[in-house]
Amino acid sequence: MIERASGIRLLDGPPTTTGSESLAEHQARLGARPSFRGGDLIAILEAAELRGRGGASFSTAQKWAAVRQRSRGNAVVVANGAETEPLSGKDRALMVLRPHLVLDGVLLAAEAVAASRAVLYISRAHEDAVRAMTSAIAERRGSDLPVPVTVVRAPRRYIAGQETAAIAHLNGGAARPTMVPPRPYDRGVDGRPTVVQNVETLAHAAVIARRGAAAYRSAGTQGATGTVLLTIAAAIHSPGVYELEGGSTIAQAVSAGGGATTSVAAVLVGGYFGRWVAAEDAWDLRLGVDVPLGSAALAIFPHGWCGVTQIAALVAFLARESARQCGPCEHGLASLAATTDELAGGRAKPRDAERLQRWIAQIAGRGACHHPDGAVVLLSSALRVFAADVNTHLRRGGCDRDQATLLPAPDWTIRGR
Amino acid sequence: MSSQVRVNPIRCDAYGMCAELLPERITLDDWGYPIIDSRPVGGQLLELARKAVAACPTAALRLAAEGEPSR
Repeated sequence: MIERASGIRLLDGPPTTTGSESLAEHQARLGARPSFRGGDLIAILEAAELRGRGGASFSTAQKWAAVRQRSRGNAVVVANGAETEPLSGKDRALMVLRPHLVLDGVLLAAEAVAASRAVLYISRAHEDAVRAMTSAIAERRGSDLPVPVTVVRAPRRYIAGQETAAIAHLNGGAARPTMVPPRPYDRGVDGRPTVVQNVETLAHAAVIARRGAAAYRSAGTQGATGTVLLTIAAAIHSPGVYELEGGSTIAQAVSAGGGATTSVAAVLVGGYFGRWVAAEDAWDLRLGVDVPLGSAALAIFPHGWCGVTQIAALVAFLARESARQCGPCEHGLASLAATTDELAGGRAKPRDAERLQRWIAQIAGRGACHHPDGAVVLLSSALRVFAADVNTHLRRGGCDRDQATLLPAPDWTIRGR
Repeated sequence: MSSQVRVNPIRCDAYGMCAELLPERITLDDWGYPIIDSRPVGGQLLELARKAVAACPTAALRLAAEGEPSR
């Protein structure tokens, strides 16, 4: 497995304990950034089947082609490093450790879509990533910086990383999602055609530009080519960020993380925007193939913790983080949060559990963005996986299990290489 | 070409008039916001749909060509 991915890994290179790779180290290791005529790189990314790593898994080539087609040399590239997902640390780790690989990807995207500038949109909570990328840009001045690249700090709110929210913020407004159309490829930053691309995706593009589509595809599997950065959290021996081949199973991910610390009840795949899978169904699922990768964060949930307390904590978070623009999201998620809290506190009646199911069906698909959809997917999968816990709470007015939750963010330390 | 009713959920403020004027396509959720049935409106319904669109105090409702890729 390591062999197939050799040469195409984002975290190849110096030990991750030595911090940011310098421009000199980066170029000595990988050579200068290649350059492509016209949209040639887009065809290579298409052949590599690169998909976005920000959560939506959209074809990178298609996204770039749409912007290239509309650009009159004035497009904008937004490298999305907001990483507002609390369980994820991979974008931050990548920017801190391999800032020049990210920057290569930004510049290659700018070249491919005929952009006149680029913006790195990085969470204000991740100052280490802001510093690493700002230093990397400074190192390139006078050598390899064909378009201006600036760093803009993203608000901490969960929704701030959503692509139309990022554009709204970069246009001087609040970081809240907007209605589409106009889609970013038509009208984004300053009304120009805009690529909004997750920073990990850009780093993969920089690898593919050097190694070619065939080498990239030799790792991973159909539908999940190349490698993927995962964040593995909770009941795992070594929580942190790991680079695995695309299509690795959840069992392989857990094994990479040193194994579970205790008997596992369930796995949350894809972060707060993801879905719950019962442990016995989880191990053989291939990430990005059998189950959506989402934010690529995995939380290993042990037996002995209360699933209902967990559900209530996650739903409360998502309700708090609603942009409160759309009624079904603002009021719907508030109702879900209030009722799951009643359930966790042992005050809910069977009628309340039925109401949750009715609301799940009512809320889906009714926001301007997918925030409410993510919340109901998470909740409906949780109610299935933790059905026994829910019943215990309904019948006995609570339980005596551990009330711990996944809410604290994990250590982002790079572990697996 | 047939039309569909669409709602802009950011503009919508749950006045609920649309559901009274076009119950054939619009019901309200538990918080008073419209749930739109995406089946096309034609014939007599089209006139009622136009009235519902015109009546919305926040101009959140519109008629879109069927299959138009947006809300």
